[in-house]
Amino acid sequence: MNAAVSIRNLNFYYDTLRALNNISIDIPANRVTALIGPSGCGKSTFLRVLNRMNDLIDNTRVEGEVLFNGKNIYKDFDVMELRKKIGMVFQKPNPFPMSVYNNIAYGPKLHRKADVKELDGIVENSLKAAALWNEVKDRMGNNALGLSGGQQQRLCIARCLAVGPEVLLMDEPTSALDPISTAKIEDLVKDLKEKYTIIIVTHNMQQAGRISDYTAFFLNGEIIEHGVTEEIFHRPLDKRTEDYITGRFG
Amino acid sequence: MGPRSHFDKDLEELNGMLGKMGIIVEEAIGRSIRSLVEHDSSLAREVIADDNIIDDMELEIEEKCIKLIATQQPLAGDLRKIFTALRIITDLERIAGHAVDIAQVTVRLDGQEYIKPLIDIPRMAVLAREMVKDCLEVYVSSDLKLAKDISRKDDEIDALYKQVFRELLVYMMENPKTISQATQFLMVSRFLERIGDHATNICEWMVYAVTGTRTDLNK
Repeated sequence: MNAAVSIRNLNFYYDTLRALNNISIDIPANRVTALIGPSGCGKSTFLRVLNRMNDLIDNTRVEGEVLFNGKNIYKDFDVMELRKKIGMVFQKPNPFPMSVYNNIAYGPKLHRKADVKELDGIVENSLKAAALWNEVKDRMGNNALGLSGGQQQRLCIARCLAVGPEVLLMDEPTSALDPISTAKIEDLVKDLKEKYTIIIVTHNMQQAGRISDYTAFFLNGEIIEHGVTEEIFHRPLDKRTEDYITGRFG
Repeated sequence: MGPRSHFDKDLEELNGMLGKMGIIVEEAIGRSIRSLVEHDSSLAREVIADDNIIDDMELEIEEKCIKLIATQQPLAGDLRKIFTALRIITDLERIAGHAVDIAQVTVRLDGQEYIKPLIDIPRMAVLAREMVKDCLEVYVSSDLKLAKDISRKDDEIDALYKQVFRELLVYMMENPKTISQATQFLMVSRFLERIGDHATNICEWMVYAVTGTRTDLNK
């Protein structure tokens, strides 16, 4: 198994509160890893640690190592460069209040100079990869906020893809969407893993079962159990995992 | 109320339905053998007619399981337990089918004097009934030791089957006039032997429900 991201003895603190406790896990490349666990267990904190989103919060502290392509993301990376490579999609779709085209072109323009023809190609390919192209190709100039929730979320995924990431972090990306939009995103995630490594936080056990190859169960800032999704949902080894996925607590 | 009290209540109900089906199937074995031993063809006809009740129960439990899978999306131990229930009812239905087969032998032999007193066949039936009864106990208690003990009874049934087979063979060789009836008794012993196998299957599913691993208790 080729690991895209390796986490070693990771502790994370908000002031004195330890939110992540000695996490060590390898995230397999070109696979979907689901993070599950009750609210407040640390899974979103963990996701944010992976592209240094927690840098924006005062009085936080990281111990241990997060290795991406063999380099420590907290020591050997410029944060802008890191977020290009490890992109994030949030719970609520958050398109910029600008045209569909500019939403996608924004990142590539920011990171490097690209001519119009090249930009057009990036926008089209990103929207195609996010399975949105056919729905928006005739209204590229329209404001993105006019798209449906599901389309906005795929737009945000396309926006991530436009800057050429290797890893996509998704924090409950379908929790605000209807079942059809959810199914489209889930299908998309399964397609995207051919080219990208995906880490997804979800509260929906069935969703984790449907789309992920590996699942990690978080509780009180620790990983209690992680492994092949089928095994976790069929015969978990730890009683706490069983109790959580069968709805006995959480 | 706990976070899944309705689901737990549904699972309890499923346990209850399986327990009830198990008792009726176990009684069907007992009644079919009693009809044979006591030459009671009217009891045999009752056993045959009552098979519909068992078929209906199988359908009812199937429906319940499908509803639980569709509405609760069970996982881990819950998923295994519901899946196991679906497999168990198939074995229970087959066991009941063999009780009907035995009752039909009683009807076929109606009015005939038996070539020999029936001793080992009722012993096989007692063991088969015990196996079915204990199996359902395992479903509720998750007692794996009991599951393994039950499968040992199947070895006793198999040994009795071989003994009955040899004995009847001798009867047939000594007096060809016994062949027609001896064949019927051979079939009865074969049905009981199959009941033991189905009960063993049920035990294997019980082990799966508890541990998540498949096992062969016949080994």
